[in-house]
Amino acid sequence: MTDLPTRSIDLKAVLSGSSPTVAKDDHSEGMSYLQSLPRKFVTVYLPLSIIIIILLFPFYWMGLTAIKPDDQLLDLDKFNPFWTWNPTFKHIHKLLFESYYPHWLWNTMYVAVCATVLSIIASVLAAYAIVRLRYKGANLVGGLIFLAYLVPPSILFIPLATVVFQYGLFDSPMALILTYPTILIPFSTWLLMGYFKTIPFELEECALIDGASRWQILIKIVLPLAIPGLISAFIFCFTLCWNEFIYALTFLQSTQNKTVPVAIVNEFVDGDIYRWGSLMAGALAGSLPLVILYAFFVEHYVSAMTGAVKE
Amino acid sequence: MADIALAPRSAKTQIREATTWDQLKHNRNWLGFWFMLPAMAFLIFFLAYPLGLGIWLSFTDTRIGRIGQFIGTENYEWLWDDSIFWLSVFNTLLYTFIASAFKFAIGLYLALLLNENMPFKAMLRAMVLIPFIVPTVLSALAFWWIFDSQFSIISWSLKHLGLITQNINFLGDTTWARICVIFANIWRGVPFVAITLLAGLQTVQPSLYEAATLDGATRWQMFRHITYPLLTPIIAVVMTFSVLFTFTDFQLIWAMTRGGPVNATHLMATLSYQRAIIAGQLGEGAAISSAMIPFLLAAIMVSWFGLQRRKWQQGENND
Repeated sequence: MTDLPTRSIDLKAVLSGSSPTVAKDDHSEGMSYLQSLPRKFVTVYLPLSIIIIILLFPFYWMGLTAIKPDDQLLDLDKFNPFWTWNPTFKHIHKLLFESYYPHWLWNTMYVAVCATVLSIIASVLAAYAIVRLRYKGANLVGGLIFLAYLVPPSILFIPLATVVFQYGLFDSPMALILTYPTILIPFSTWLLMGYFKTIPFELEECALIDGASRWQILIKIVLPLAIPGLISAFIFCFTLCWNEFIYALTFLQSTQNKTVPVAIVNEFVDGDIYRWGSLMAGALAGSLPLVILYAFFVEHYVSAMTGAVKE
Repeated sequence: MADIALAPRSAKTQIREATTWDQLKHNRNWLGFWFMLPAMAFLIFFLAYPLGLGIWLSFTDTRIGRIGQFIGTENYEWLWDDSIFWLSVFNTLLYTFIASAFKFAIGLYLALLLNENMPFKAMLRAMVLIPFIVPTVLSALAFWWIFDSQFSIISWSLKHLGLITQNINFLGDTTWARICVIFANIWRGVPFVAITLLAGLQTVQPSLYEAATLDGATRWQMFRHITYPLLTPIIAVVMTFSVLFTFTDFQLIWAMTRGGPVNATHLMATLSYQRAIIAGQLGEGAAISSAMIPFLLAAIMVSWFGLQRRKWQQGENND
C-alpha cells in the first residue's frame, strides 16, 4: 500500500513528543494556552490516567502475585489483596530451580535469535533487490510480499504441521527456526524497503563507477547507512518470535523443547490451587526480557511498528 | 549503470564476449534472482506451499498418521450441518466486530489524548505500548488470574464497594466469558492502534487548527472536519491489520478459556486447532481454517477500496 500520504512521519518525534511542527522557534505552545488547567485536568489527565492504569494493572498484578506468599494469595478477607508486606521469593525459586524454566527461556532465546538473523539476512537481500536492482517484476514481487504479511499463522499451522512432519523436523527447534521467517520476512522486507529508499542512489552510482560489485555496495554502503532500520527490524522480529504461540504449540511436544509461552500454558497449569504464584512469576519472567529490550530501543520499536503500516 | 561489466585487461586489447557466467553475475534480472533467492525459498516452501496444501487437505479425509483420500467437499458439507462450527463463526464475527470497534474508538481517543502537550509525555507514550510488547499468552494468563472465579480481584473490589454480593463467575458463564476475552483483546490491541494513529496525528499541521479556531469551530468540529479526514488513510490500514489479527486470534482464547464454556468463546482458529491437532482430524481442521480465507479477503477488499474511494474524494495524487 504505497499510496498513503508519505509526508514523512517523524518517528522519533512520536515518542519524544517534540513534533517538529509543534515545537516552534519561539517556544510557544501553540494553542494550548486556550485551555485552563482545571479544564485540561478533566478532559486530558483524568481519562489518560484511567486508561494507563487499566493498561498497566495486569502487570502490577502479575508482579504482586509472583512475590506474595500463598496464604495471602488465597485469603482475600484477612489481607488487603492490593499490597503485601512480606514478599517471598518462593515462587521465583520454584520457577528457576524446580522446573525447566531456564531451559525454556534458553529455547525461546535460541529460536528467536536464529529465526531473526535468518530472516534479516533474507530480507536485506530481498529488499535491496526490490528497491535498487529493480529487476523485471520487482513491483509485483513487492506486492506479493506484502500480501504474504497478511496471511495469518492460524490458517497455516495445520498444513505446516504436516510439512514439518514430512521433513522430519517435528519436535525440534529447527521446525520453529525455519517456519518463523515466514512471519518475519514479509514484515522486515517491507520495513527495510522503506529504509533503503531513503538512501541516495547517487552513492551507489559512484561506487559502481569505481568498480564495486553489487555485493560490495550492499555490504559497504547500503548496510552501514541502514543501521537504524536494521535495528528496528531486528527488535520487532525478535519480539514477534518471542510472542509466537500457535506454531510452537503445534510443532513441539517434549517438555524440554518448549518455548516459554507454550510451556507456561501447558506445564504450569495443573490442578494445583497454589499454582498462581509460580504461574505469574513465569509470566513475569517471560515478559521481562522483552520489556527491557523495549526500554532501550523504544524509538526503534515505534519506528518499526509505524513503518510497517506507513508504507 | 552497465549491466555487463567488462574485465579491464581485456578491454585494452579486445572486448571479450559476455559469457553466460558474466550474465549470471551481472545481469540485473539474474542478480535480482540471486538476491531474492533466500527470501523466496522461505516464502515458497513454508508459506505458499502450505497455503495450497491446506486447501488441498480440506478436500481430503487426512488424519494424523494417515494419508488422506480425496473426498471432495465432504468436509465442508459436514461443517455446514455442524452447529459448533456455526457457533464459532458467530463468535469470531462477534469478537472481531466488537473488539475492533472498541479498539478503534479507544485507540483514537488515546492517540488524541497523548497528542496533547503535557509533562512526562515521552514516558507516558512509552508506557502505553507495554501491553503490545509483552507476549499475548503471558498477559492472557494475567487476565485469567484476574478473572478467576474465586479469587478475582474484580469480584473482590466490587464486593467491597457493595455492588455485588457474590463472586462473578467470569470465565465460567457464557456471556461473561465472551466479555472477558473481548476485553482482554481490546486491552492488548489499543496500544498498537493508539501509537500508530498518534504517528499519523503528528503529521497534521497545527495551523489548520489555529485557522479553525479563528473561524469559531468547536473541538468536535475540528476533530470531525480536520483530524478525521486527514487520518482516514492511516486509519484504514491500521484497522485492516487490527481486524485481520483479531479475526485469526488464537493465543488469547487458548490461554484464557480454550474455547469454553460450552464453546461460547471458540473462534474458528481455536476450533480448527481442536479438531485438527487434538482430535487428529487434519482434513476437517483444514476445512475450518480454509473457511476463514473468504472472510479475510473480504476484510482486505473493504479496507482497500475504502482507501481508494477516500483518496478519490480528497483528490489526492498517488504520492
